[in-house]
Amino acid sequence: MNATSRRVVLHFPRDLVGRSIVCRLVKEHDLEFNILRANVTPREEGLMVIELSGSPDDLDSGIAFLERTGVKTQPLTHDVKRDEERCTQCGACVVMCPSGALLKEADGSVVFDGESCIACELCVKACPPRAIEVHFPGLYEDVWPGNGDNGREK
Amino acid sequence: MAKTIEEINERIKKGEAVVVTAEEMTEIVRSDGAGAAAKKVDVVTTGTFGPMCSSAAYFNVGHSKPRIKIGGGTVLLNGVEAYAGLAAVDVFIGATALPPSDPRNAVHPGEFAYGGGHVIEDLVAGKDLRLSVRTYGTDCYPRKELDTYISLADLNEAVLFNPRNAYQNYNCAVNLSDETIYTYMGVLKAGLGNANYCSAGALSPLLNDPLYRTTGIGTRIFLGGGVGYVAWHGTQHAPGVKRGENGTPLAPSGTLALIGDLKGMKPGWLVGSSFLGYGSTLTVGVGIPIPVLDEEVAAWTGVGEDELFTQVVDYSDSYPNLVPGSLGQVSYAELRSGTVEIRGRKVPTGSLSSIPKAREIASTLKSWIESGDFLLTEPVAGLPCADSGHEFRMLNERVASV
Repeated sequence: MNATSRRVVLHFPRDLVGRSIVCRLVKEHDLEFNILRANVTPREEGLMVIELSGSPDDLDSGIAFLERTGVKTQPLTHDVKRDEERCTQCGACVVMCPSGALLKEADGSVVFDGESCIACELCVKACPPRAIEVHFPGLYEDVWPGNGDNGREK
Repeated sequence: MAKTIEEINERIKKGEAVVVTAEEMTEIVRSDGAGAAAKKVDVVTTGTFGPMCSSAAYFNVGHSKPRIKIGGGTVLLNGVEAYAGLAAVDVFIGATALPPSDPRNAVHPGEFAYGGGHVIEDLVAGKDLRLSVRTYGTDCYPRKELDTYISLADLNEAVLFNPRNAYQNYNCAVNLSDETIYTYMGVLKAGLGNANYCSAGALSPLLNDPLYRTTGIGTRIFLGGGVGYVAWHGTQHAPGVKRGENGTPLAPSGTLALIGDLKGMKPGWLVGSSFLGYGSTLTVGVGIPIPVLDEEVAAWTGVGEDELFTQVVDYSDSYPNLVPGSLGQVSYAELRSGTVEIRGRKVPTGSLSSIPKAREIASTLKSWIESGDFLLTEPVAGLPCADSGHEFRMLNERVASV
């Protein structure tokens, strides 16, 4: 079975920030990982943008393990949004993107491939009409049960 | 067998005019030749959608009770500084104006999130804007303070007036230094990290009328989604710049001052924009129709991007310090390919001007003309031409003592 990669945003509640959880993805679920971003928020919760690689089955079991443990997961594409109405297709962002998530088509239009995005945010400020937004729920918004929408994709 | 604008307009009124976009014309001229193209095509439409900092709007808000004299006082629109130097209730706002409290580059690079360009966009979108005035009173205009909401519909005249738009060609900007720089040509990565350019190329209005033969004062155009006119030559108009064999300039050259009724325009074609570390501006949509009078005009509108060139300029040192010279000449076809060779290196290119939007403008103008609703105009006066001696000079600094 071929290895695939998935980029997810993980929310660690306060009581889990001190525990080592990510390494169990390697030991118990045979996954490789690449941490793209890691923060402890002002409310002492953990926010991590991580790329996990492995077989689709291992990725599923790894994600399931995280969620069982109390870590909320969400695909990265949910956090990086391009407002297609506001985007003027100028292309200023394309040359800034280090991971090839923003590309120019032959007709000059700009496409955003969420799968390649590493949420570095270099495009956000380079965009003149400010059409790109990166919001990590939990950093500035309350995301725990009863509040807001995690936008989790199954 | 030359055509006149009058003849072309007669065909437009009858719904018989053959109208193509500049990109379509390039194909036609390449396959059929300029002579055949000139017989077949009546109008070529062009378009461009890019940041144009010398853009502005002026309007009349109507009198308050009691009257107030904004001129000579201070006026803010949604917190952005507008100009209070006209008559009592005439207000002028420029695209690069900022709120007094905007930190600008105090923490570099500044964001410039909201400025005059954004105010103009909000106005066109029909939003309510806060107008705040503080001024001295007079016997006839006794009021000194005003805080009110206004929207486009409330205004008497609302005019888009852009002292410099539609630059005929522009530099390709690079950064030779060791640190990222933040410019009006976007973020430029260190060590020739990227090469940014800003032109609609084959669709560009003045690159299709390189010697200003058909475009002049009074030319009717597409401006900001509505109808506008060429009012004057733009600031920094430089017709005498070196040109290639096809007449197109090899460096930034002509410019246009444009005017139109803001109430007829649409927010998607006037977009407030922020350039990190540089400032706020307005991205403007402009489209100019070119009457194909003869083979000469057909040839100019048939020029393709492999025949349009510009200069590579270092924005880290040469540009700020007025050091003349270029790092090389590149074609727009090369720039569009995604990489260009500079100093033996393959440098990724970045565009600032939207080709999809430029194409949409040219198509929209084409459909306006085909519908018979948009007639071409004969310029009432020409723009300063290539051998007029009109130049863009640098400042001759004559230091004034304190």
